[in-house]
Amino acid sequence: MASNYDDILQKLNEHLKQFCPPEIEITPDTDLINQLAIDSVKLLNLVMEIEDEFDISVPLNALADVQTVHELANLIHQIKSAQ
Amino acid sequence: MSLLDKLDAIAAARKALLPEGVEVFGTPIEEVYSSTVAKIGDRRVLFLGTNNYLGLTFAPQCLEAAHKAIDSEGTGTTGSRMANGSYSGHRALEREFAEFYRCHSCIVFTTGYQANLATISGLAGAGDVILIDGDSHASIYDGCRLSGAEIIRFRHNDAQDLEKRLRRLGDRSRSALIIVEGIYSMLGDRTPLAEIVRIKTTYHSTLLLDEAHSLGVLGQTGQGLVEETGLLDQVDFITGTFSKSLGNIGGYCVSNHPQLDQLRYVSRPYIFTASPTPATIASTRAALKLLREGVELRRQLWSNARTLYARLKELGYQLGPEPSPIIATILDTPQEAIALWRGLLEHGIYVNLMLPPAAPEGKSLVRCSVSAAHSSEQIDFIGETFAVLRKTIFEH
Repeated sequence: MASNYDDILQKLNEHLKQFCPPEIEITPDTDLINQLAIDSVKLLNLVMEIEDEFDISVPLNALADVQTVHELANLIHQIKSAQ
Repeated sequence: MSLLDKLDAIAAARKALLPEGVEVFGTPIEEVYSSTVAKIGDRRVLFLGTNNYLGLTFAPQCLEAAHKAIDSEGTGTTGSRMANGSYSGHRALEREFAEFYRCHSCIVFTTGYQANLATISGLAGAGDVILIDGDSHASIYDGCRLSGAEIIRFRHNDAQDLEKRLRRLGDRSRSALIIVEGIYSMLGDRTPLAEIVRIKTTYHSTLLLDEAHSLGVLGQTGQGLVEETGLLDQVDFITGTFSKSLGNIGGYCVSNHPQLDQLRYVSRPYIFTASPTPATIASTRAALKLLREGVELRRQLWSNARTLYARLKELGYQLGPEPSPIIATILDTPQEAIALWRGLLEHGIYVNLMLPPAAPEGKSLVRCSVSAAHSSEQIDFIGETFAVLRKTIFEH
């Protein structure tokens, strides 16, 4: 089970590929909403996939502060570290 | 982006999606002739989207009660329940709801939205966890946000997914609030209540069931899914609305936990909202009596619902998973949904339209709400119209 930040980032990128246009390379700074066009509904579905992948629950409240790939990876890392 | 720029962006998105001159949302209704017939523009239309499940909006007993209340108590209370707005009628309706559910306590609210907002934000707070079904109504989401608790979604009607999330919480599951709905407003499907109750018992959590769309619709006396499943005693809190089967506006929460009454002192939506008008309370009391005695109304409602569901399925429409008074036609694109909605209106049938992100899974819905007051001729007419539109919109 991935628990360090780099492993989490790598696995997260796998999930994000479904949203990524060919001309965009996903980096930690990639903006989920503006560059990958992940709207609120897609984000909630993505979070459910991530929750299963990492065996965590991500509170909806915490998502309000997430804008980039790094911020999402960091949130997952924090939740995993607290387990 | 400025505050007003954001609103301009919404206007642009609406313009791009909706044809010029089509008032899909907030359609003006010029006149109302009965619980099922009205006038939109210059056209006489059949209501098929009103959630008026028992057709009680023109029940003579309710009209008479409302008229009397206005004459004797005036048009409004002009104050909250905590100040000058707690009349004998409010207290009587609370006693009647508590007795109806054989529960210790009831609180009546001014709207159904407020009932969820006030109950959820009064029960849970910072440090607590609330687990909600992914298809929950906006009032549930907003109540959770107002509470300050952690909000965790589980997959729609997936009890195993709920259990997985409770397991992850460890000991915190004991202070978790689980929220589900008797019948979900989008697709008309029911929560798997027996499984949810088993899980909440295993994890020592608290369960709130919203019976907004199932009050008056399910159960011998119309209590809702709790009565249909025999699980009334297993549910901690039940909320619901007056604006569907009771043909009015308002909401309630009932519980056997005596602590429910303390919500009156901590729940801001309750404390800071003017109380329901005397006419609302009086007609709701009359409607509740009719609802309890409405075995024949429920039989007619379900006969209409099953007939229309079967007809639309036979025509090849993609529908919600089970027959219900809410019959959702699921369309792949907003354009298809708008075309069907417009076609129905042009044939004299008014339904609700749901576009993403309001509808689940990125789909669009044309949602029908069947009433006990629909005649068999009206149900047949609706079926014939859907058949015509199937050919003209989808098969060429």
